Amino acid sequence: MKRKGVVRLFLVFVLTTLTFALSACSGDKAGENSSKITVGIPQDIEDSLDPHKAVAAGTKEVFFNMFEGLVKPDSDGNIIPAVASAYKVSKDGKVYTFTLRKGIKFHDGSLVTVEDIKYSIDKCADTSNGEPLIAAFSNIESVNILDDETVEIVLKEPNTEFASDLANVTAAIVPASNKDPDVNAIGTGPYKYVSRSPQENFTMEKFDDYWGEGAHIKDVVLKVCANADSFVMNLEGGSVDMIARVTATQAAELSDNFNILEGTMNLVQALYLNNAVEPFQDARVRQALCYAIDPQEIMDFVSDGKGTEIGSSMFPAFEKYYMEELNDTYSRDIEKAKELLAEAGYPNGFSFTITVPSNYQQHIDTAQVLVEELKEIGVNADIQLIEWDSWLSDVYAGRNYQSTVIGVDASSLTARALLERFGSDAPNNFINFSSPEYDTALQNAISSTDDEQKTENYKECERILSEKAANVYIQDLPEFVAINKKYGGYQFYQLYVQDFSKLYIVEE
Amino acid sequence: MKYIGKKVILMAATLIVVSFLVFLSFFVMSGDPATSMLGTQATPDRVEALREEMGLNDSFFTQYFRWAGSFLKGDMGISYSYRIPVESMIADKIPVTLALTGIAFLMLIVLAIPLGIYIAKYAGGIADRVIYVLNQIMMAIPPFFAGILITFLFGRIFKLFTPGGYVSYKDNFGQFIGYMFFPALAIALPKIAMAVKLLRSSVIGEVKKDYVRTAFSRGNRSNQVFYNHILKNALIPVITFLGMTLADMVAGSIIIEQVFGIPGLGRILLTSISNRDYPVVEAIIICMAFIVVSINFIVDIIYQLIDPRISTEE
Repeated sequence: MKRKGVVRLFLVFVLTTLTFALSACSGDKAGENSSKITVGIPQDIEDSLDPHKAVAAGTKEVFFNMFEGLVKPDSDGNIIPAVASAYKVSKDGKVYTFTLRKGIKFHDGSLVTVEDIKYSIDKCADTSNGEPLIAAFSNIESVNILDDETVEIVLKEPNTEFASDLANVTAAIVPASNKDPDVNAIGTGPYKYVSRSPQENFTMEKFDDYWGEGAHIKDVVLKVCANADSFVMNLEGGSVDMIARVTATQAAELSDNFNILEGTMNLVQALYLNNAVEPFQDARVRQALCYAIDPQEIMDFVSDGKGTEIGSSMFPAFEKYYMEELNDTYSRDIEKAKELLAEAGYPNGFSFTITVPSNYQQHIDTAQVLVEELKEIGVNADIQLIEWDSWLSDVYAGRNYQSTVIGVDASSLTARALLERFGSDAPNNFINFSSPEYDTALQNAISSTDDEQKTENYKECERILSEKAANVYIQDLPEFVAINKKYGGYQFYQLYVQDFSKLYIVEE
Repeated sequence: MKYIGKKVILMAATLIVVSFLVFLSFFVMSGDPATSMLGTQATPDRVEALREEMGLNDSFFTQYFRWAGSFLKGDMGISYSYRIPVESMIADKIPVTLALTGIAFLMLIVLAIPLGIYIAKYAGGIADRVIYVLNQIMMAIPPFFAGILITFLFGRIFKLFTPGGYVSYKDNFGQFIGYMFFPALAIALPKIAMAVKLLRSSVIGEVKKDYVRTAFSRGNRSNQVFYNHILKNALIPVITFLGMTLADMVAGSIIIEQVFGIPGLGRILLTSISNRDYPVVEAIIICMAFIVVSINFIVDIIYQLIDPRISTEE
């Protein structure tokens, strides 16, 4: 009798277990809607829905699908018309005239008007908070409505690259009538916002009235997969169809149900040195570090040799400006490094701290290889891991650090986006680089209206950064996109964006 | 009644102290919400303007009382990062965490009590010895590791569930509960082990007491003595334990939510801490503290109902 009770109990347990387990299984197949893609994102879009306020790279790369500026970048690095169907630049580079695309609609169905354009540009250029939302917009003198379909933007100083700044998703054209842009996302992009659930998902749907070719897949669900260790399980288990940035190790673990596309992240990864603190205010010390490290060795350790070496603050995707020869300014030379250290007064080396944000595994791995390489010239580095938020406030804004490993991206398709920050007075010059020569070259590059002259000046800037060893330049990181073979059409951009509208379902 | 009144006052005081401590910790932590929001576009001017706009430049007490004032009026504030009201952010997530904790607790009761009674009854038998060893192992495994093991074993090898395949309760309630089964198991396992051990020793302790001998000498059948006399007394320490455990499970769910990728309160809490999204952090902690304090309150009441001997006046 006693035994019976136990058996009954056991049965109850087994049955409950099975019921739960089976009900958990049965659901998976239901998700096979032919025109839907679920994309895993490592971090939620922890932002308001107002594109003008977007700062985080992860937010902007998604907003790219919902919002457009007067112009937008394409995957080849060109600026193409978007909300404007055409534009003209005056000879002196001061007046930009845009023609509004005929019949273009916002997601709420209303037509885009020239008033909306003026409202959006003025909002981005607003200086009531000290600085405009987009730094380059401080150069705007006025935005004038010429007629029902023409708007001109007049600049204070000539700037032939201004169209690139307008292509930034932050400069999106939004309806002036939207009272609550923080929660109500209305743009003109190929996808429109549907819903979001914090830390869970973000849903977009194809916008049928899009002016261009438009999207192929109807629903895009971005699913937050906060645990990077389970990316492979998420993909193989079918809960997500694509993850844009997996590591080389994860890529190798995936089965052949997945395509691995290899591109570059378009970042300048370097050991960034605070040029204003001991011992890095001495260029010889910085050069010694450059002689001590070997980017190829780092790439071998961190990403199986994938990645592209760089020698200055420019990545290869910007072909026009990239200077491959700068990779050879320093090649590994321990003796030379020790000599330079001795000259600078550190014959026995020194110790310093590398501050690394703890959420970027590739930067942590890089720092670990750096530490070993630097030991050979008698320099001891400690790695200090800090949260991303502390990194932003202490390192980036507070500039209170010795060195850090990070990747710096370009906010627009111009050399200026990467190089302007190293001007002595630039507000975002977080390494405190200061060189009068550099300032001159940069000024010349910015004010020049002749393209060849401009490029030459930018190259001069890159050369100075390399020669003065502003930072220890390492690489442009490789990017591995894992995507289920059911989907095709993925395209890499030169900027940090994900274009879901190009994706399509592969016919079986 | 006086007893309950006293408890309620104590509960309120606990919540006030918690809210104060959380607020204080924001001031001690490095990092700043304004810098966090501006990210790599943070320049001193912009940070300053934003801090002013968000009222972060006011003194500690001004900020605390401003927050506490609106909280009491039912306004939890607006999330710094999402720019949506905190209530709407966490309202969806509370059921997730409660379901996870609830299922884990149900497992605990359904498994631990019968199992504990069984091995106590047959103490020294084979089942007792086997369970003793299993218990030691389960108690030694921290929930997060149990979670990883379960994911690996049931998710990858036996493929009983899809790791990371969380389904919202709004989309499909059955699948939602199904997905919660294994995470709940990870939370429940070590607690089951503890409860079994406790119940076993509690029952064995009672068996040796005089009243049991008397009951037997009156000619009662052994099952009658066991269920009507021994168990009644032996369950009291177990109920205390269950109460404490339930509160503990609410906290434990934070970690398990990370392991299984469940977007509940815990997940929001952790990301909000790293974003320095203070209104959200404050609301979630108060919410969790409220759940814990209420559970303790209920346990105290149940106590009194089962055993009137427990003194109500200190």
